[in-house]
Amino acid sequence: MITIQWAYSLAGLMFAAFALLSALDRTNRKRFGNAAFWGLMAMSLLGGDAFARLPALNLTQLGGSLYLAGPELANLLNGLLVLALAALAGFGALGRSAPATTSEGERETWSHQLGNKLFLPALIIPATALAGTLLYKYTPLGTMGWIEDKRETYIFLCLGALLALLVLHAWLKPPASASLQEGRRLIDAIGWAAVLPQMLAALGAVFAAAGVGTVIGEMTGAVIPEGSVFLTVLVYALGMAMFTMIMGNAFAAFPVMASAIGVPLLIQAYGGNPAVIGAIGMLAGFCGTLMTPMAANFNLVPAALLELKDQNGVIKAQVGTAIPLLLVNIALIYFLAF
Amino acid sequence: MTNYFVLAGILIVVAGFALRLNPMLVVSAAALATGLIAGKSPIEVISLLGKAFNDNRIIAIVWIVLPVVGLLERFGLQQRAARLIRAMKAATAGRLLLVYLIFRQGTSALGLTSIAGHAQTVRPLVAPMALAAAEKQHGELEEASAERVKSFSAATDNIGLFFGEDIFIAIGSIVLIQATLAGAGYNLRPLDLAVWAIPTAICATLIHSFRLLRLDRSLRRRLI
Repeated sequence: MITIQWAYSLAGLMFAAFALLSALDRTNRKRFGNAAFWGLMAMSLLGGDAFARLPALNLTQLGGSLYLAGPELANLLNGLLVLALAALAGFGALGRSAPATTSEGERETWSHQLGNKLFLPALIIPATALAGTLLYKYTPLGTMGWIEDKRETYIFLCLGALLALLVLHAWLKPPASASLQEGRRLIDAIGWAAVLPQMLAALGAVFAAAGVGTVIGEMTGAVIPEGSVFLTVLVYALGMAMFTMIMGNAFAAFPVMASAIGVPLLIQAYGGNPAVIGAIGMLAGFCGTLMTPMAANFNLVPAALLELKDQNGVIKAQVGTAIPLLLVNIALIYFLAF
Repeated sequence: MTNYFVLAGILIVVAGFALRLNPMLVVSAAALATGLIAGKSPIEVISLLGKAFNDNRIIAIVWIVLPVVGLLERFGLQQRAARLIRAMKAATAGRLLLVYLIFRQGTSALGLTSIAGHAQTVRPLVAPMALAAAEKQHGELEEASAERVKSFSAATDNIGLFFGEDIFIAIGSIVLIQATLAGAGYNLRPLDLAVWAIPTAICATLIHSFRLLRLDRSLRRRLI
């Protein structure tokens, strides 16, 4: 069966190639920093699970109290890898490279020569992901169990990327290393922001384990005046949005707000419709996602990817939609659930 | 006894972002401080970080498209996209993004969230097309206006995705709502929840469309 690990491995090999090309790039003063950073990403994608098969770490014989084996040792090694990534990024070890590519003028010439045919390879990735997912879901193909359940879109996304590369190389015959060098040009433009979303997910896990959610839930629960349905709805929806802004993710906020306010007050005490309170409460959280740098993959990564001067440019463009929509959500919960 | 000191991590994050320190360091410091304050050993905290990082590697898969995007750029895809838009008389940045909003929301509502995105579509196609439409209408853009058009391109992708995906029944957030409410004794079908995402989705489309059309007007005013 094709599991998601295949996709991790493919991405891991790509990052390994980025690391190697970085190390060989004499024009980049910080080439070894880049090589180490992308090399660690490659290691995580290729071996993140395989660390569990290393021999146990046993310090008890040396008088220590540490014995780690299997998954425990893997978690520790992955954690050290995360700290190493953060140190490289945080202490300025990464430099932006400038691999050879075409000039603006050459690109105009190519685009003139190739015409609208150039859009066809660009559509291979979405078309493969779309057709693959639909075929897999709605034809007997899906019942054969070739692909890990619920992961088919990612697998077809990878397949689409490989197909597109094949077509582009066969058609336009760029130098063999061009696709990897062009990929490195883009990943270096994004830099450490490419890894930040995963870091924030890890932070969320530590917050959850430390009980941050429970504390926030208690605090919001304490500020609600008794007997007012409207004010309770207001605190619930604003709490969802604000807690989402802190955590960067509505998924982390929902269980907290639901157990602190949604279920005991809105549903049980005031008899609100559970489906409305659940569904629209989550969407109030999504309004928070639009307004926070903590939701890095939606807000900071595109700013890097589009080479914006202002890291918060995307958030600023979203606030004007997020705030009115949050008010709409508050009204919708109040009028539809009661 | 509630340990309010675990909130220190949140303060570190807020202060770190406000002082524009490197977010990778800020996040690591916040995680270590929170874990230690909650009474965990350094090894436990680092292991927790490592496990969550490893469990979320799926976020990194989308970078697999970068070599294709880079290669397409090498052969002038952005220039081609801009040229195509210049040939369309009715195209404006706002109208173009409006069409993309509806496409993104519609496909997300069908569960097709990964077929588009910032790396897959916004950088190679949507942003250059929106810029070309704005330049066709208003001539060369000064930097601040170009930044706004690019920011709105990314914003439109996010808004289309967020307020489309919850209409689809098998998406993570619907599953989470269903599981959380089931834990409290309310057994709902995913479809019961998904239909209640529709009113917000319609309002999101209306509000953001209005802002996109205003973007065209504000670009015009700046340049007169």
